[in-house]
Amino acid sequence: MRLRDNYRQAVKKFQPKPSYVANSLKAFFIGGGLSVVAEVLRAQFRMNMPSLTAEQAVLLLFISAAVVLTAIGVYDDFSQFAGAGSTVLITGFANSLASAALEHRSEGVVNGIAGQMFKVGGAALVYGIVAAYLFGLVHFMR
Amino acid sequence: MKLVGRQTWVFDDVYIQATGTAVGPVEADGPIGNSFDVVHHDLYCGEKTWERAERRLMQDAIAACLQHGNVTIHEVDMLLAGDLLNQNVTANYTARAFPVPFLCMFGACSTSMETLAVGAALVDGGFAKRALAATSSHNATAERQFRYPTELGVQKPKSATFTVTGAGAALIGKEKGRFRVTAATIGRVIDAGVTNPLDMGSAMAPAAAHTIEQHFYDLRRSPSDYDLIVTGDLSRVGSVIVKELLMEAGHDVTSNYNDCGLLIYRPEKGAFAGGSGCACCAVVTYGHLLKEMKAGAMERMLVVATGALLSPTMIQQNESIPAIAHGVVIEAVRGE
Repeated sequence: MRLRDNYRQAVKKFQPKPSYVANSLKAFFIGGGLSVVAEVLRAQFRMNMPSLTAEQAVLLLFISAAVVLTAIGVYDDFSQFAGAGSTVLITGFANSLASAALEHRSEGVVNGIAGQMFKVGGAALVYGIVAAYLFGLVHFMR
Repeated sequence: MKLVGRQTWVFDDVYIQATGTAVGPVEADGPIGNSFDVVHHDLYCGEKTWERAERRLMQDAIAACLQHGNVTIHEVDMLLAGDLLNQNVTANYTARAFPVPFLCMFGACSTSMETLAVGAALVDGGFAKRALAATSSHNATAERQFRYPTELGVQKPKSATFTVTGAGAALIGKEKGRFRVTAATIGRVIDAGVTNPLDMGSAMAPAAAHTIEQHFYDLRRSPSDYDLIVTGDLSRVGSVIVKELLMEAGHDVTSNYNDCGLLIYRPEKGAFAGGSGCACCAVVTYGHLLKEMKAGAMERMLVVATGALLSPTMIQQNESIPAIAHGVVIEAVRGE
């Protein structure tokens, strides 16, 4: 097939394919590994505090770590390697807020940081709340 | 008549009298890092914001160019400049410091050759004795406008390019210089229907091929008339496609083709498919390629700056990416 006859189809053979298998494996092991770490931490914390507090402490640790790694410019490199293994966790959400806040610091603390902070993470928040509401409704109607 | 064929301008006596380039840290560290005039080892270039940093680069490139050309800004009759940012803020804010008539231009990454071609036409037509053409781009300003916050963790595909941090300027005039601008082919907007903003090489290759074919047709020339045919920022993906497109049209450019986006970075530096941005073609041409030409490595080259006329809003509305490419012929002037 000549490129100029049907460009959109023919050009595909020149475009690099994403490595789906490697990306899936990396996401599985890195995302899974981080989840195992979280689980171990939770078990540790539960020895000294109530279950709910232990969970919140783990979340707090993960969020703080993601924000610090974002601020020192490491998190984006980690994500380039880990892919979904780093974005679907709560660390990915923390990174989306922190990176937008950092990026828009130059436009001021109100319009910049506060106004733009949710520009990437906002969608996850909106549909997260909508989904939670719907599932909650289903749960109570049962 | 200076219009030859459908899209090509032929100039009588127009020269590039001097050039100036300024780049950021990654470009300085690249394989042609020592071809540039001003090097900033910090992405902020000593400024407070990314936008100011880009302006600093354009100011540095213009200052270096004027110094090399041994003229003051008052001796320049027209300033032509452009960049990638909304409202062309780098060019407009840089120009406010200069007491010179100013034309702002936008052709995405094709702006370097757009300003050079229009500058050459103005000089050739007698509308300016000297014109200054400048273009800039900055990785962080482009990332935040066209993509995501710089520190956001998203996995980029192999076809993504890395916006060059830098600026290039060229002084165009009638007085004899080392490089002559002999022709320019102004491109048309070509939309091949590509919708992936992280694969601009595929989007721009048809525009580049069209301009190059039209150039050959208008001037009755072939690839062998050039020591080098170089595109602006097609990168690893697009440069293969443009070669194939030209081959289908009967033009074999395999032996004398290259792409500025492939020359500027080391492949292992995490720059994905190569460099892109307004500054890519500008700094590689004005910095590296003209030095090669001066050293005698080539006599005549065709520089085709390629622009993806990309808008994040249009992409979100599921529109495809139009592209454009402008070609300029630069020939060496050997001293008698």
